[in-house]
Amino acid sequence: MTTPAPGLPPVLLRVRNLKTYFVTEHGKGTARAVDDVSFELYPGETLGIVGESGCGKTVTSLSILRLVPEPPGHVLPGSLIEFEGRNLLALPAPELRAVRGNQIAMIFQEPMTSLNPVFTVGDQIAEAAIIHQHLSRKAARARAIEMLRLVGIPDPDERVDHYPHQLSGGMRQRVMIAMALVCHPKVLIADEPTTALDVTIQAQILELLDQLQRELGMAVLLITHDLGVVAGHADRVVVMYAGRVVETAPTDALFERPTHPYTEGLLAAVPRIDAPRARLHAIPGQVPAATAWPPGCRFHPRCPYAWEKCAAEEPPLLEVGDETGHTARCWLVSEPERKVPKP
Amino acid sequence: MTGAAWLLRRLVASVAIIFAVVTFVFILIHLAPGRPCAHIGGGEYVDQIECNRLIAQFGLDKSIPEQYGLYLIALAHGNLGYSFSLHRPVRDAIADTIPFTLQLAGAALALDFLLGLALGIYQAVRVNRLPDVVIGNVTLFIYSLPTFWLALLLLLVFGEKLRWFPVGGPNDPVLCPLVDSLYCVADRLWHLVLPAATLGLVGAAGTARFQRAAMLEVATQDFVRTARAKGVPERRVVLQHQLRNALLSFITRFGLAFPFLLTGAVLIETIYAWPGMGRLAFDAILSRDYPLVTATALTASVVVVSGNLLADILLGIADPRLRVPVDPDAHVLTA
Amino acid sequence: MTLGTWLALVVALVVAAEAVRALRHRGLRSERWRRFFRQRTTSWGLGILTFLVIVALAAPLVAPFDPSKQLDIIHLKNHAPSWTFLLGTDYLSRDLWSRVVYGARVSLGIGALGALMAVSLGTLVGAVAGYYQRWIDAILMRGVDVGLALPRIFILLMAVALWDGLPFAALVITIGLTSWFGTSRLVRAEVLSLRQRDFVVAAHALGADTRRVIFRHVLPNAAAPIIVSAALGVGNVLLLEASLSFLGIGIKPPGASWGNMIADGAPSIYTAPWSTLFPGLAISLVVMSLNAVADGVRDALDPREEPA
Repeated sequence: MTTPAPGLPPVLLRVRNLKTYFVTEHGKGTARAVDDVSFELYPGETLGIVGESGCGKTVTSLSILRLVPEPPGHVLPGSLIEFEGRNLLALPAPELRAVRGNQIAMIFQEPMTSLNPVFTVGDQIAEAAIIHQHLSRKAARARAIEMLRLVGIPDPDERVDHYPHQLSGGMRQRVMIAMALVCHPKVLIADEPTTALDVTIQAQILELLDQLQRELGMAVLLITHDLGVVAGHADRVVVMYAGRVVETAPTDALFERPTHPYTEGLLAAVPRIDAPRARLHAIPGQVPAATAWPPGCRFHPRCPYAWEKCAAEEPPLLEVGDETGHTARCWLVSEPERKVPKP
Repeated sequence: MTGAAWLLRRLVASVAIIFAVVTFVFILIHLAPGRPCAHIGGGEYVDQIECNRLIAQFGLDKSIPEQYGLYLIALAHGNLGYSFSLHRPVRDAIADTIPFTLQLAGAALALDFLLGLALGIYQAVRVNRLPDVVIGNVTLFIYSLPTFWLALLLLLVFGEKLRWFPVGGPNDPVLCPLVDSLYCVADRLWHLVLPAATLGLVGAAGTARFQRAAMLEVATQDFVRTARAKGVPERRVVLQHQLRNALLSFITRFGLAFPFLLTGAVLIETIYAWPGMGRLAFDAILSRDYPLVTATALTASVVVVSGNLLADILLGIADPRLRVPVDPDAHVLTA
Repeated sequence: MTLGTWLALVVALVVAAEAVRALRHRGLRSERWRRFFRQRTTSWGLGILTFLVIVALAAPLVAPFDPSKQLDIIHLKNHAPSWTFLLGTDYLSRDLWSRVVYGARVSLGIGALGALMAVSLGTLVGAVAGYYQRWIDAILMRGVDVGLALPRIFILLMAVALWDGLPFAALVITIGLTSWFGTSRLVRAEVLSLRQRDFVVAAHALGADTRRVIFRHVLPNAAAPIIVSAALGVGNVLLLEASLSFLGIGIKPPGASWGNMIADGAPSIYTAPWSTLFPGLAISLVVMSLNAVADGVRDALDPREEPA
């Protein structure tokens, strides 16, 4: 559990003990994709969720708006997702729909497939305004044009009648952002918003998100596997591994004092121009399958410092003690003398 | 290419295809063995002198290319020839069958698509639950039935045993030789029920299976998830976002449905004694009535080709990706 | 039915059931086979098909009477089903069960051969058109367009009605020659999309000649639509042959085909419905099983079928 740093406004979105499991076919067992994840999101901040593929970050973000497909997946009772005091997991359907796209909005990774190919861009943006704000079609269309301008699309009064396939990847992502923000949500969940884009476009989109966040005063949950994105655009970071949170810290603290060996490994794996190295560092081993998490600390098979206690007992999130609310799920926090790399 | 240019190209291609079909049929029927006289004159015995006279009259002694040329010229004048077996101009014979064929095809198509679409969508919404499984098995069964056998069964149960519907013919021959009153219209509809149901039910089963698959394929697409994430009500997600996309493949199927109605109709028309074009064609073939056969082949292929063309046009309207080309400015760097 | 034929029938049932069970067991290991057997109807379909194939192959063992023999035109005409005549007799006092069994040979045989021919031809044309593109593609596909525009029953009616006494082989060939157009379009589409893929480029880079690339690299990946086409094709050809026989221009009596059996029974359908019912049921059963198996193949080979 993270201790909030003093002087912060009340929590906007609180996720507590979230568990989302998936049923797999034919006795391969249950995939425990999200296995007891907790974090808080405060108004106006950007919280980055970082991890490799398979760590559960996308499923976490889908679980918040209850977008996880119910037959294979289900959110376990005992999970809590509190938004402005209300438990989203217990909301009846009509109220949930009122939250989606309106108070909490989401943008996805693949802008091409995430937009409906048979409706115009304007119609898709206007749809949210019509549903949530009960605008007339004319008024909604005007809002759509306004939003297109806001996200930096040139000639918005023409583009509003274009179809998704007529736009480039970067523009489509801007349209997705416009669609998500048309109702001025308090929270924007951005699931790998730039992964599918070219590098130069990535920077533009991230800057746009920063700008919009400032202008609209919303909180952003930024999910990514790219530490560079996190470094430049997140206020606080949550590192996930194997369905659990393994480290939480403000961004600066995380990069200055990476505590969990996994975080260390992630940082070390980033190739750097200013420190030439003969070989790229890679974390040995592979992410284990969600149906069979290792016992004890889930990272221990790949950890350079692990000892017997790590295999036997899973550490809780321990305070790192640098007074920034920095926590890490590692026995090294309480037993720092054990930090001896194995031969 | 622009819409008009595309349409023109397709029309030309369609005409070419019809042309090719007619040529093929013409050649085929003239290659068939059997002396024309066995069948001219309606199968009655015809002696040699009379036979020669008939042959000369109908120009059957000329070479095949010559006959073909003459046929084309006549066609250009709207003359479809004279039917040996029916002793009337081909055009009239075909024209008489058109209303019946249209009524049967129209009713069957309506049942097919309305029922099939509804079932397919419903199945997709309740996927893998009991309603889906039950409907799925029922449609599998009905889809596998031979249409002519289903016709016989329906006749047995509803025509004979329960006596709910008449056992054949387009209308009551005594009370309604012509459809000239409201009663006769109702009578025609009453006679239409069983034949249209036979074709329509089997068609609906196929459409339901197809539409279920199409809806499910769309259901996994990302934009459906995006719509939910926007807070769109579930009904709208299914009917607007999913269905609009699933309809695209449905339209293609719709274009292919036309020929089926012609070909499947031969059997139904025979069993129910429905005087449509299928039965006309069948009888014409058996009587070696060349002009009638060629003309019905021509009509049939026109219908098929028009169906395809219609489907392509509808698809072009419904799918913006086909309608509007990709914007050449779309890949500017400062996107 | 005699004791011997009952025995043979039971053996056939047991063998079919066991074969399917054994296949399911062996298949459990592979992901694709598991998907294939996921729906229960697929197993049933496979079982019924196997049973009918065995029965057709072992016709002399399972049929107590000669299918064309009129047993007793006076006393046994249109006899209801009984222990001796499992499915009754028809209007010429022939044993229906024997006719159905021998009819299975005809219908399944024509179905399989016709579909084989259609799928082979369609695959060949589609692969060549999709692979070589440009003018070869244009010509072939125009031909396919004409073929698809031909009212198929029409051409078949003409071909079969005009040439009286058409031998069995010619019937199969004609059906095959008119049924390949749809498959060729499907295969062409698959080949078109596959030939851009990197593994094709790699094969070329390794020096493989075109024919090798088509047959050993591209086609195996296009297997899904081909196999599904084949399974559905057998059903379609079977229905086609039944329709033609019903109209009197396919297999002619006394030869037993399920289609002409229905036609024979139609006049007496009110008084002796079994002679129409059972052959029709047989056709429905076979086509249903084929469709169920085709569904299974589609599930197995095309993972996009999963609803999220």
